[in-house]
Order: sequence, then structure tokens, then C-alpha cells
Amino acid sequence: MKYVFQFGIVWDHLPQLLAGAWLTIRLSLGAFALGFVIAMLLAFLRTAGPRPFRAGIGAYVEFIRNTPFLVQLFIIYFSLPAIGIRFEATTAALLGMSLNFSGYATEIVRSGIEAVPRSQIEAGYSLGFTRLQIFRHIIVFPALRTVYPALASQFVLLMLGSSIVAAISAEELTAITNTLQSTTFRAFEFYFVATGLYLLMAVGARLLLHAIYWAVFERARPGEWGWSR
Amino acid sequence: MGLVTMSRDFEWPEFLFLLGALRWTVVLSLIAFVGGGLGGLVLAIARTSSHAILRWLAATYIGVMQGTPVLMQLFLAYYGLAVLTGIRIDPWPAVTLAFTMYAAAFLGEIWRGAIQAIPRQQWEAAAAIPLAPTAQLRHVILPQAFRIAIPPTVGFLVQLIKGTSIASIIGFVELTRAG
Repeated sequence: MKYVFQFGIVWDHLPQLLAGAWLTIRLSLGAFALGFVIAMLLAFLRTAGPRPFRAGIGAYVEFIRNTPFLVQLFIIYFSLPAIGIRFEATTAALLGMSLNFSGYATEIVRSGIEAVPRSQIEAGYSLGFTRLQIFRHIIVFPALRTVYPALASQFVLLMLGSSIVAAISAEELTAITNTLQSTTFRAFEFYFVATGLYLLMAVGARLLLHAIYWAVFERARPGEWGWSR
Repeated sequence: MGLVTMSRDFEWPEFLFLLGALRWTVVLSLIAFVGGGLGGLVLAIARTSSHAILRWLAATYIGVMQGTPVLMQLFLAYYGLAVLTGIRIDPWPAVTLAFTMYAAAFLGEIWRGAIQAIPRQQWEAAAAIPLAPTAQLRHVILPQAFRIAIPPTVGFLVQLIKGTSIASIIGFVELTRAG
């Protein structure tokens, strides 16, 4: 092995890599927020909406969960323009990530909703609550608490999966790394450092999500949501 | 239809071409699943062993593989092999190596959960018969853990098959690339 590693050149381009990492973080947070809102809506309709809605949402979830993310991106970025819908690369990436996340999150939230004891929902009906009120006041909080770990690891998967949007030229960490390695011919070093950055972001996200869980659910006001500390 | 005037029509030859490329998706998934299964078994046993160093090594490996994108692992395998051998190789060995190592980490973690789901008393009962530690694992624990592990393993297999689409990015011609 006669290869000489040169990490100095990576150090010189670190600001660009960090800019890429920042876009990765923004895309992930944006897709999480957007996807989560879609997922809450879909999960509500899936469990309490009219029957045709339930079937439609089920089909949507199955489609998202059983096709590769890369193919979904290609459909948004390369196939939709054929029927006149065009997106910029970053917008397409955000849209693809949001829709992909919403598919998985819908299924996760649905399982949390179904884990809420039936008797609590019946208690809501007997108080004269509407379906939306039951969802809002009885189901949401305990359901989210149950599925929080699953949602958190899905967020990490979303962030790691965002490397794939480089394939449609969204300028996040992977795309920047691709560009830099092809101009400097130091492929291994650049990918090595970029991988390290992803690892840092993943570990950071896990710690942060853990702290959020503690702040939102563990430190809950005693009695307010019907569970003790 | 005249909807997309610039591209050619999608007819039987094109469909058959995609079908042919599907073969590489299947082959890559199979190799990664079998190789990753072997590696995953070793990792799962190391993760549940009584040696602290083995446990730590396996946990670190799994943590790194689960905390980095598959695409990055692919690039590192591709350029890493090139660095090691000094020649530019074709993507095929790099892709299979990366997906095998990726599958090993995830399967190892899934199967660790399955092994740890077996009640402690099963180990104690097996030790009381008495079976040697390896025999306890082989004849008592693993057969039970196997049943628990099937649903999540199938779930991961779906992820793996979909994940192989990423190989197209580093120039490996499977179903997505061919399309």
C-alpha cells in the first residue's frame, strides 16, 4: 500500500463541508416538521376518517414504505416535469424527504393511537366529545409518548437518508463532498471526514432527542395527563 | 401519447430491459443478506457475550454503521478498496462489501434484541441440564430467538432490497440505474 493520506486538504475545505452539513440539518428539520404535520393528519384520518380515506391513506403508506427513496426522488425531480410540475433541486429534495418521512411516521403514529386503551376513547364519547376533540384531548399526547422512540430513530434515518438527495444535485453534505473530491482527487479522505460529520450529527441528534423526551414527557406536570411521575 | 416528445416510448423491449436489471437487485440483495446474516450472527453473539471487550467492539461497530449513511459507506468501500489495492476497481466488489457490512450491523442489532428477549431462566435451565455455554446458545436460546427475530428480519430485508437502489449512484447497474 503506497497511498499517502492527505487530510490537510480536507481541513482547507472544511467550511464548505460544514455549509453542506448545515443544509443537511436544515433539510432534515424541515422534512421532519412538514412530514410530521402530514403524518398527524393522515394518522387521524386513517383511524377516525371516512372509509375511502382510510383505504387511500393505507395505499399511500404502503407505496412510500415499499419503494426506494431514490426512486421517489427521481419521480419528483425527473418524472413530474413531464406533466408540467417542476421543482428546484433543493425544493424537490425537501418535498421527497417530507413525503418519505410522512409515510413512515403515519404508520408509527397510527400504532401509537391504537395503543391508547379503548376505554379512554369511550370515556371521551360518553362526555360528548367529537372525534376531533377525542383525538386532540385524549389520544395525541399518550400516543406520541408511546411512539416517541420510534419517531426519534426514524428522524435519524431521515437525516442519514438525506445523503441520497445528492443524486438530484441538492447541495447538501454528500453533494459538496462529491464535488470537492472530484476537484481535489482526494476521494477517500473527503468521504472519510464527511462520514465522520454524519456520525457526529447522528449522535448529536440522538442526544438532543433524548433531552427533548425528558423535557416534554418525563418532566410532565403530575396528574395533568393522567400519569404519575 | 405525445406527452413527452423528447424521450422514446416505453414498450416491451424497455420493460424487458428493466426486468433484466432486476436480476442484479436480487443478486446484490441476496449476497448482502446471506453475508450480512453470517456477520450479524457473530455480532449478535458478541453483543450478548460475557466478555466486555467483545460487547464493546460489537456495539461500536453497530453504532458507527447505524450512525452513518449507506451512501457514505458505499463511497468509503469503493475508494477504500481502491486505496488499499492501488488500482481502480469496478464497483461490484465494493458494493457487495459495503452492503454486507451494512446488513451485518442491522441484523446483529435485531438479533441481539431477539436473544435478549429470551428469559434468563432458559439460560439457567440449560446450564442446569448441564449444557456447555455454546450448546446452551445453539440448542436452547437460538431456536427460540429465531422465531422472535423473523418479523423484524423480514422488515429489514425489505429495507435492504430498497437500499440496493443506492448502488446506482456509484455506477453499479441495477434496476434503478437501468431505469
